[in-house]
Amino acid sequence: MAILVDKNSKIIVQGITGSEGSFHAQQCLDYGGNVVGGVTPGKGGQQVLDGNVPVFNTCKDARQQVGATVSLIFVPPAFAADAILEAADAGIELIVCITEGIPVADMVTVYDVLKTSNTRLIGPNCPGLLTPNQAKVGIMPGFIAQPGRIGVISKSGTLTYEAVYQLCSEGLGQSTCIGIGGDPIIGTKMVELLALFENDPDTDAVVLIGEIGGAMEIEAAQYVQNNMKKPVVGFIAGQTAPEGRRMGHAGAIVSGADESALAKMMVMKACGIHVVNSPADIGKTMTKALQLQCV
Amino acid sequence: MKIHEYQAKNILKQYNIPIQDGIVVTDDGQIESAIENVSTQFNTSQFVVKAQIHAGGRGKGGGVKFCPTKADAITHANTILGMTLTTHQTGPDGQLVRTIMIAEALDIAKEYYVAITLDRAKNQDVFMVSSEGGVEIEEVAASNPDAIKKVWVNPRAGLTAFQARQLAFALGFEGDLFKQAVTLFSNLYRCYRKTDASIAEINPLVVTKQGKLIALDAKFNFDSNALYRHQNIVDMRDLNEEDPTEVEADKYHLNYIKLDGNVGCMVNGAGLAMATMDIIKLQGASPANFLDVGGGANVETVKNGFKIILSDDNVKAVLINIFGGIVRCDRVANGIIQAVSELDLNVPVVVRLAGTNADIAKQLLNESGVSIIAADTLQDAAEKVVREVTA
Repeated sequence: MAILVDKNSKIIVQGITGSEGSFHAQQCLDYGGNVVGGVTPGKGGQQVLDGNVPVFNTCKDARQQVGATVSLIFVPPAFAADAILEAADAGIELIVCITEGIPVADMVTVYDVLKTSNTRLIGPNCPGLLTPNQAKVGIMPGFIAQPGRIGVISKSGTLTYEAVYQLCSEGLGQSTCIGIGGDPIIGTKMVELLALFENDPDTDAVVLIGEIGGAMEIEAAQYVQNNMKKPVVGFIAGQTAPEGRRMGHAGAIVSGADESALAKMMVMKACGIHVVNSPADIGKTMTKALQLQCV
Repeated sequence: MKIHEYQAKNILKQYNIPIQDGIVVTDDGQIESAIENVSTQFNTSQFVVKAQIHAGGRGKGGGVKFCPTKADAITHANTILGMTLTTHQTGPDGQLVRTIMIAEALDIAKEYYVAITLDRAKNQDVFMVSSEGGVEIEEVAASNPDAIKKVWVNPRAGLTAFQARQLAFALGFEGDLFKQAVTLFSNLYRCYRKTDASIAEINPLVVTKQGKLIALDAKFNFDSNALYRHQNIVDMRDLNEEDPTEVEADKYHLNYIKLDGNVGCMVNGAGLAMATMDIIKLQGASPANFLDVGGGANVETVKNGFKIILSDDNVKAVLINIFGGIVRCDRVANGIIQAVSELDLNVPVVVRLAGTNADIAKQLLNESGVSIIAADTLQDAAEKVVREVTA
């Protein structure tokens, strides 16, 4: 899906001089992505990653000097919301924020600012995006994915890798994998990505991985019913989660009966999504769904 | 992070929101003098003794008592302080009441509901008010949703004066009460934002017969992601209200939640951890805990994880499910082998490692000589661990 990231995307990394930022920037570069710069206030002028990548003081400088179109953020939680705002202010079209732990109130403000800009935010608290053999903007291990025609949208990190691993075991590669993040306020919701996949000529079907908490999957299910012809396989993590407890992810908390896994699964099923009960069956359910589609 | 009613009321006080005030007592020797002090400080001859526990439903459970005389107050205070209070939110074992608030009794004319929390669907805070105060708001939402007035707050504008007025009009306030309400709502929103609350609830907000708007009860929950910038709130944490194993896990920086099943699990990633709990249940056993070790699946983490999981006697087997991306499976395998041999465990351990160097990891586990059952897929791992507990 060339709409979000591909070989030509010009990627900068905010926080590139930190341990996480530098490690993953190198990984993205090694994967073949076009990492053209980094931003760390006060370290502008340095060269990192074996002298291959220039560091800038600001996102504006990076935009002007290397034409950055994507920013990957590895900035600590206390400063990450500001990093997102800075990238948006510089006109960078796609921001992928990996950071976990950003205060909710900060994200409520960020969301409000981004509403009226043409910047898309993926995350925060996410593993990022991966278009196999083209580009990696995030921390997903590239070797687990194969190029193919299944789109993956997920709130989770390692559970996404598990799903991708199962798809590959079934001989099904991926068009683009997108981790949307596990926080209560995120930049891009499931519904928006489903629409992109439905309109993508390189995607035949979608795997949708949700979790307890919020109602995003309900909105997604309704979209599938009303607007999608391509098959969607869905799994919701947290059938065994107790009510009212935050299960790791800040957004994974059942605050009412309709935020439970079972409630979401019922609605998804009613809307025509192939709902998987066991996380071990994601891959084979996609195989079956594709077969049904062909019949 | 949750806090007690008396702590919530202290916060409201700092934001000029009138509260039903009182004195906090933790020792029965303090009861009589506290009652005297409440009587003089707040000019009251009647009292309400209120158990201070985090769980809701204190009133129905017998933890809140109106006392028309000082003698009643002494009796009820002695009964409630030290009681094990069971409510629909404490679980069947109830919660020991270590703290009570001896509060002034108010002459209540009417009760309202007021709360601010995040509306995830709208990505904004929502300020809700209802004239159905003192009852469960979920019931009102279900049976009579029109009784709840909501305004969504733009984060950059804050609660506007016209929004505060809309809320006050919706509750039918007029004259001086209208002014009190508008001020209170504005102060409450400021308080909610300044403290990074995830919920600020006043239920009930009462109008007294003397025409004053007062918070009779107060409940706050705080965004854990923001606690780093609120040391004063962190200081309000009450470890007695938390599960001791979870408190212990916290010390090791382990993200652990105790459940009541028989299969312990250790996983990297919250979504995968939940999915692992789910598949254990689907295979016929029951998860004993949630534990996300994140990116740190090294020897120390694994050892601490085992210690925490196994401090629960219900655990009859452990499943370790690690999907290594950046994390290398062979390193994790060595960590597990070392931990298992150092700890001398007496429960079966099933290990499933996938991702980077998984093949090398599997070989290491098989050749380790330590009693570990290796698994390939998630399905395989779940079947194997459930087989161990049903054996």
